[in-house]
Amino acid sequence: MTALLTIIVLILVAIAIWQMTKMFELSQVKADNSQVANDKDNRLNGYLMFAFLIFIYLLTIFSFWKWGNVVLGTPASEHGSDYDNLMFISMALIFFVQIITQALLHYFAFKYHGKKGQKALFYADNDKLEFIWTIIPVITLAGLILYGLYTWTNLMDINDEDDPIVIELYAQQFNWKARYAGQDNVLGEANVRLIEIDKNNVIGIDESDPYGKDDVVSQSELHLPVNRKVIFKMRSQDVLHSAYMPHFRAQMNCVPGMITQFSFTPTVTTQEMRADQGIQDKVKHINELRADRRANGEDAEPWEFDYILLCNKICGSSHYNMQMKIVVEEEDEFNAWMEQQKTFGEEMAAAN
Amino acid sequence: MSATAVNVHADDHAHDHGHHHKETFITKYIFSQDHKMISKQYLITGLIMGVIGITMSLLFRMQIAWPGESFGIFEVLLGKWAPDGIMDPNIYLALVTIHGTIMVFFVLTQGLSGTFSNLLIPLQIGARDMASGFMNMLSYWMFFLSSVIMVISLFAEAGPAAAGWTIYPPLSALPQAMGGSGLGMTLWLVSMAIFIASSLLGSLNYVVTVINLRTKGMSMTRLPLTIWAFFVTAIIGIVSFPVLLSAALLLIMDRSFGTSFFLSDIFIQGEVLHYQGGSPVLFEHLFWFLGHPEVYIVLLPALGITSEVIATNSRKPIFGYRAMVASILAIAFLSTIVWGHHMFISGMNPFLGSVFTFTTLLIAIPSAVKAFNYITTLWKGNLQMNPAMLFSIGLVSTFITGGLTGIILGDSALDINVHDTYFVVAHFHLVMGISALYGMFAGIYHWFPKMFGKMMNKNLGYVHFWITAICAYGVFFPMHFVGMAGVPRRYYTNTNFPMFDDLTDIQVVMTVFALIAGAAQLIFAWNFIHSIFYGKKATQNPWKSNTLEWTTPVEHIHGNWPGAIPEVHRWAYDYSKTNENGDYVIPGQDFVPQTVPLQENEEEMNH
Ligand code: HEM
Ligand SMILES: [Cu+2]
Ligand SMILES: [Cu+2]
Repeated sequence: MTALLTIIVLILVAIAIWQMTKMFELSQVKADNSQVANDKDNRLNGYLMFAFLIFIYLLTIFSFWKWGNVVLGTPASEHGSDYDNLMFISMALIFFVQIITQALLHYFAFKYHGKKGQKALFYADNDKLEFIWTIIPVITLAGLILYGLYTWTNLMDINDEDDPIVIELYAQQFNWKARYAGQDNVLGEANVRLIEIDKNNVIGIDESDPYGKDDVVSQSELHLPVNRKVIFKMRSQDVLHSAYMPHFRAQMNCVPGMITQFSFTPTVTTQEMRADQGIQDKVKHINELRADRRANGEDAEPWEFDYILLCNKICGSSHYNMQMKIVVEEEDEFNAWMEQQKTFGEEMAAAN
Repeated sequence: MSATAVNVHADDHAHDHGHHHKETFITKYIFSQDHKMISKQYLITGLIMGVIGITMSLLFRMQIAWPGESFGIFEVLLGKWAPDGIMDPNIYLALVTIHGTIMVFFVLTQGLSGTFSNLLIPLQIGARDMASGFMNMLSYWMFFLSSVIMVISLFAEAGPAAAGWTIYPPLSALPQAMGGSGLGMTLWLVSMAIFIASSLLGSLNYVVTVINLRTKGMSMTRLPLTIWAFFVTAIIGIVSFPVLLSAALLLIMDRSFGTSFFLSDIFIQGEVLHYQGGSPVLFEHLFWFLGHPEVYIVLLPALGITSEVIATNSRKPIFGYRAMVASILAIAFLSTIVWGHHMFISGMNPFLGSVFTFTTLLIAIPSAVKAFNYITTLWKGNLQMNPAMLFSIGLVSTFITGGLTGIILGDSALDINVHDTYFVVAHFHLVMGISALYGMFAGIYHWFPKMFGKMMNKNLGYVHFWITAICAYGVFFPMHFVGMAGVPRRYYTNTNFPMFDDLTDIQVVMTVFALIAGAAQLIFAWNFIHSIFYGKKATQNPWKSNTLEWTTPVEHIHGNWPGAIPEVHRWAYDYSKTNENGDYVIPGQDFVPQTVPLQENEEEMNH
């Protein structure tokens, strides 16, 4: 079906191309055949330059109208709103510059298209003008740099203030595991050399380290208490991965042989996010699409919104499906979930 | 001065040309040491690699738009990697990887820079050939060899290299991690090592030639901007490619001799490996120390070509020649100290991130200056809309669109959430891929008469440009939205994430545009080949240009000029220059070639 559609599109395009060549040929009075642009070519392409400007604008407007709502919505972390703010300012600036420079470029291309006898202006230099358009980017960029660096420094300042909860994100081909530091909030020592699959010590926690005894390893979901700062320690056992949590505006690579970190405070529970207007619209739209697919016999269950942890560094054949569900919940729900988990000490006792 | 001395020698040299050493087919067309022939060899090899690279992108774009769908073409082209016409995830990654490698290195580094540096450096500075014709020939043949090895690697039993064009270890180091990291990756590394050697030989030659072999009167400040761009590009290449070579060598050692430069603490396939103490982050530093300058190695020649084409076709001097040279130099310098912007979230010290943000946003300034100068050059011109001119204007447009999003990616804080998403793919395709490709097309259309003595068909050129221009935006503009929705790159399919389901229609739109764009390149291919054989015969100076290459005869001769090498008396941009009384300097002609001495009471441009 799609193959057929593609073929039809391609045929139509071929016809269009043929027609366009005709158009350009007809536009040439009794072809001078020098293959150098003449006045007719200049005029036609000048108009097309103007049309192209309109095309760029329309494409921009159309894209925003049609796809503006697919982008990530309400941020779910404390720094998320700062991030979005900085993004918004940068985007506004970019669009402003884009609209103006593209207009100048294409308008000049249209306005000054060559004509016989038209004299170009010999204009080789203007120090003042060049100074102006050097200094304006300097100033604007200085502002952006300062704001950006301020946000960055705050974000990357990972410290123990505000009683953070410590969680290890453990990456391997092709899944995630999360290790909670337990009662003492200190992760036990671990190394891949200590992995013992048959004893269910799958991430190589040091059995002799007392800090490790109360650690809890979750292989299915990542639960986070709302409004409590989290420090993530990332580890990988095989190749590079990247822990990407787009809804929280958070990402950090997981590097074998090294522990990397990232920290944020989730501020919106999964339940609250499901009630968010933007998310509701998105879910509704997606479920309509999925219903269509179900009707075609595909297996597409209705979808419910969840936060998600993705792998965002190429890591092998199933890179595209290395994910873990994130649940942000109230403190008491989180504690209740925690109660049900077995500690590492308990697991080892059971295995021995 | 040395330039003069060399010139005298070159003149002697010219006299004993023409009479003797009969050229055989082999010395003329295959092992040629003539820069014009070598340039054609580069171009044709580059274009063939381009066909392979672009075809690959169309294949994986089809998979993204219609995931898991069966296509006959997959089965035909991918064989065992597409059982029943359904693409395998491993070959998807391999296609992405080899597409990136081929486009960046083989098409836009040697295909673009190799072609036009070779063609234009001797012709535009007034030299009989490169400083060392033999090294030049060697450089081409090593490039050819590396292309052949890269193509052969596609047939490796366990698959071609598939770790991304950045080949980060440990993925690229461990055959256990993915099939492509076995023989496929070995061949990739061998091919790239030869490629680097080829590029270094070429670059050294370009630098020496520009420094030593300029004709009388061709001071550095009279060089056309093309030459400035090729010259500085060659220097960046000499500075940064050896670092990639060292990264590749260390990786080869880790892979084959058990060292641990980049590897540590690895447990894979139920087994602990012995590696201890290495760091993948070190590899990232080494890779990007080349990788970032590489984007300017790709881009600067395109910008140089554009400067020349825009000035000629606007019938105006390029605006702000000195600022253009200064920004090329500034970009070259800054490009070597911004590599860390690819590594903000690699685990590198966050303070370094701040430094790299600073240097990265600095590089936006010379880039902005260049864009403004191009726009001003168009202003009040008499624009001759030849196909090369259209592609040059198109380049400025995509360079701006793509460059602006660099402000977001260069900002360490903002990079966190868009890093490695399709936002990045959109950004670098516009600013580097499409822009440089346009530069290459502009160069081909503009210098085709010089290379082949024939004109390309302009109407086909127009159709080629307009379809390509529309499709390039059609593919890469919507892609920003995909990135902003959080879709990671290098995903074989997005169907495992219902949250991306609403993107299906964008993906289809992009792929349809890509397929049309791909088809439009057939027009170019036909025009190119047909014109070589049946094109209209070119005149000596079809675009009424000032630079020296248009003073050589249409038929190629060894040594370029039949008589003495012309002397240069002015810069390359005296278009539409008038005397006090408002007449053109040469009456009835709106351009003054560089070989024309200053006229009485004419003022030379102050540079
Ligand atoms: C028809 C034109 C093209 C299309 C449709 C296209 C499409 C794509 C797409 C969708 C990707 C991202 C795949 C992913 O990350 O999952 C990609 C990767 C890439 N493309 Fe292109 N591309 C085109 C032309 C070019 C050109 C002209 C260049 C030259 C610089 C280029 C260089 C690259 C590079 C370097 C990568 C990254 C490869 C990697 O991730 O390892 N592409 N291309
Ligand atoms: Cu992964
Ligand atoms: Cu870079």
